[in-house]
Amino acid sequence: MEILRSQKKISAQAAIPTLPVYRSAPSLEVRLEDFELFAIDRLRVLTGISNGLSRGKKPDEMEKLGNDLWKANMRHHDSSRMLDKDIISHFVLRLVYCRNEELRKWFLTHETKLFEYRFRVESVESQKALMAEIGFPYTAVGIGELEDMRENLNQVARSIGRQMLTSDALFFKVPFEEVPELISGRKVYIHKGFAYVAMNQAVNIVTGMFRSNLSKGLVLTNRKWTTTLKEQEKDRLTPIVEALSTSYLGPDYSQPKEYAEISIKDIDKVASSSFPLCMRHLFEKLREDHHLKHGGRMQLGLFLKGVGLNLDDALAFWKAEFSQKVGSERFDKEYAYSIRHNYGKEGKRIDYTPYSCQKIISSTPGAGDQHGCPYRNFSKENLEAALSKMGVSSRLMGDVMDKVKNRHYQLACTLTFEAVHASSCDSGINHPNQYFIDSQKILQAKVTNSTTVKNETT
Amino acid sequence: MTKEEIENDRDDMMIDEKEQQGFPLMQCAQEEFDPDQLNMYYVKLFPYADIYKWMSYGNDRKHPACDLSYFGRREFSFILGNDVYLRYQSFNNAAQMENSIKSKCPFKIDIGAVYSVDPAKRNAYAGENAFTPVEKELVFDIDMSDYDDVRYCCSGANICNKCWPLMTIAIKVMDSALREDFGFTHILWVYSGRRGVHCWVCDARARRLNNAQRAAIADYFHVYKGNENSRKKVFLGAALHPSLVRSYQQVLRPFFEEELLCGQSLLETEEKFEKILEMIPDESITAKLRGEWLGNHQRSSNSKEDINRVRWEKLKSHLQSGKQKGLRRCVEEIVFSYTYPRLDMGVTKLTNHLLKAPFCVHPKTGRVCVPIDPECCEKFDPMAVPTLSSLKKELDKGKLENGEGKKLETGRTSLDKSLKVFRDFLEPLLKSCKEEMEISYNAKLQQSKSSSLTW
Repeated sequence: MEILRSQKKISAQAAIPTLPVYRSAPSLEVRLEDFELFAIDRLRVLTGISNGLSRGKKPDEMEKLGNDLWKANMRHHDSSRMLDKDIISHFVLRLVYCRNEELRKWFLTHETKLFEYRFRVESVESQKALMAEIGFPYTAVGIGELEDMRENLNQVARSIGRQMLTSDALFFKVPFEEVPELISGRKVYIHKGFAYVAMNQAVNIVTGMFRSNLSKGLVLTNRKWTTTLKEQEKDRLTPIVEALSTSYLGPDYSQPKEYAEISIKDIDKVASSSFPLCMRHLFEKLREDHHLKHGGRMQLGLFLKGVGLNLDDALAFWKAEFSQKVGSERFDKEYAYSIRHNYGKEGKRIDYTPYSCQKIISSTPGAGDQHGCPYRNFSKENLEAALSKMGVSSRLMGDVMDKVKNRHYQLACTLTFEAVHASSCDSGINHPNQYFIDSQKILQAKVTNSTTVKNETT
Repeated sequence: MTKEEIENDRDDMMIDEKEQQGFPLMQCAQEEFDPDQLNMYYVKLFPYADIYKWMSYGNDRKHPACDLSYFGRREFSFILGNDVYLRYQSFNNAAQMENSIKSKCPFKIDIGAVYSVDPAKRNAYAGENAFTPVEKELVFDIDMSDYDDVRYCCSGANICNKCWPLMTIAIKVMDSALREDFGFTHILWVYSGRRGVHCWVCDARARRLNNAQRAAIADYFHVYKGNENSRKKVFLGAALHPSLVRSYQQVLRPFFEEELLCGQSLLETEEKFEKILEMIPDESITAKLRGEWLGNHQRSSNSKEDINRVRWEKLKSHLQSGKQKGLRRCVEEIVFSYTYPRLDMGVTKLTNHLLKAPFCVHPKTGRVCVPIDPECCEKFDPMAVPTLSSLKKELDKGKLENGEGKKLETGRTSLDKSLKVFRDFLEPLLKSCKEEMEISYNAKLQQSKSSSLTW
């Protein structure tokens, strides 16, 4: 750590990072309206990041998006107060998002992303200063050891499309447990339990430390909120805090609202008219093989729950298929549990929410799996065949495949929606259940239109 | 990723689903598996003491640093002969475990995680996080049925000497990466009793991994991502990662070229070679090769050289003389697709996932799930492992020679060889557990001393 420490001394004069690490709540006086306005501005940044991620934007696009959003929303007319606004808004949102597991997770994820994007655009000097401030504990690899490793480090650099090592390259030797993101993509050289992390990859560790500090902070905030603040601030802050979290989390698809119930007999019809490709594929595979592996059961099962299949119908539906393959006795014993589990009737009794596109796209189906996003996982030929079966004309097929090629899977799905329904979808597809609901809206409108036309003619 | 994500994982379907298929248990082949013989096995042969020693990790002695609750917080689960499934069994000591197994005679014993509290009493602890998995070995499950698209000798649950080498090289690749890359040393390989292998990494560092870290390691080995909907089966990146270079040069390529290619006749018939041609993205090359191979089938089958090898060399020279960089990589892609270990990812990713205990007996085959020594895994023959009936015979014979009533000593059955493999794994493991305990105890002592001084 010697290197860092000495560098911190220099950088203390040279570069003061504009990025706080939010160690403790500020002892500032805040006007009540600033309290809310600052928080809303920060939320705009975080929801913007969330939307970008769910659209499958690439890391470099996300970095730009994050910093653009920051500039657009977090400026303050008094430049000396920018840092205050940053810190105040952060701690207000801690209050807002500390109150349950789901809120904490959402905030933690997006606040960490924001920190990462902002960290990446800092100068190397101020990055080093931030690393010291956050307590980055690893030493740089010495010249001799680096020389021994050079060939392997270069090989890794080539494998991830990076440039070869320069002579002043800085690497940190880190227990592999600290850098799971780098391990999972084989993005680092690891030897005997240590990962050799390049300076530009160290951001993963820094953000990891940021995240774990914030995670602990949120739990503490929650404790304080539930024990004292909530009651103390009953008339002042509590209403603001509660309103802030609900208005910005996006719709919850776990409870079907608009089309309350779908019965088993209608399911084939709506599957062919209104299921997105990922669900059609699972549905058809289930009908064909009378079996789906765990990932497929989860993805389709929760979707169907969101569509409005109640627990009894869901059990009947899955049983009808599975019993043909494994027998009804084994179904009752081994599979019924997890369906009841999905509906919150077993285990931790959490009512699980249907998977979003983001979650589905990021899943990694293995051998024999059918779940995941077909736009991402299917070969070109299979995808084209599946799309034409859905009714995408060859004229529009090219547009869809173009999006796929550029890895814009949700846009590809949106174009498919538009092609199949001959209707535009301005909001874009972010969730399979949204696809379903939007599709049903259009189809039902068509039905009422045609009946009114009929009525008029008769 | 941090703690709070781990809590969020689900606890259903934690059983190895594929191993389950093929039950119902009562319909198993009688000549291979007889519940009475299982009972005899549990009474006379099951190595309770060794399993207990293993699962205690040194916490079974009088050392002041011992955590005597450790073994008792481990989840075991049983599947009984009538298909009743008992989860969250726990035992305070070896004798309790032995008695429970003997009296219940489970057809399958699974080992789960060490929990924060005794899993049998989990309902007594209120609160969200009171009952959570805190430690488990890092485990891997490799199953031959995931290789059905690259073996033509068998499919599904069947195995033979022609396809088993796929498991052998999976062991070699994984074992060397776990040691060289991750620095693990206490690694136990176990035959799953029918068509696959299990791996238990038992280093303290491995046992303490959280779910995110386990998932990262699983992904590190997740090279083969094929399924029927995708053409490209492996994603190797712009150049091979050093770990993959090692696997490729030391294990995969020699195995593919010297064994698998001819053993499975991968290029002999049109149906088979089309599967490989499909992986080449350049149609002019595939058309050329296809034309040659369809045309000269008769002629080259007369020559002495194996047709698969001739065709493979041809394919390689076409691809490697190509100017496109992607084409040269294609040879590697084919080899990796056909040979790189295919893991059941779910088993590795979650701390609380259950895995069948070593020395169980597979209820379909009657074979004992014996440890495999990775040093000489190519000598391991799954068809020759001890079975319930073979062990019974050996015991009966021993009885005749030693006389009724005398307690049989070791050196009595073919299981002893497997026990030796297990004990050779246990000894260094327990030694390092002891050392670690000593170090942490001394550190604590030192700390309390220095703090008492300042006080």
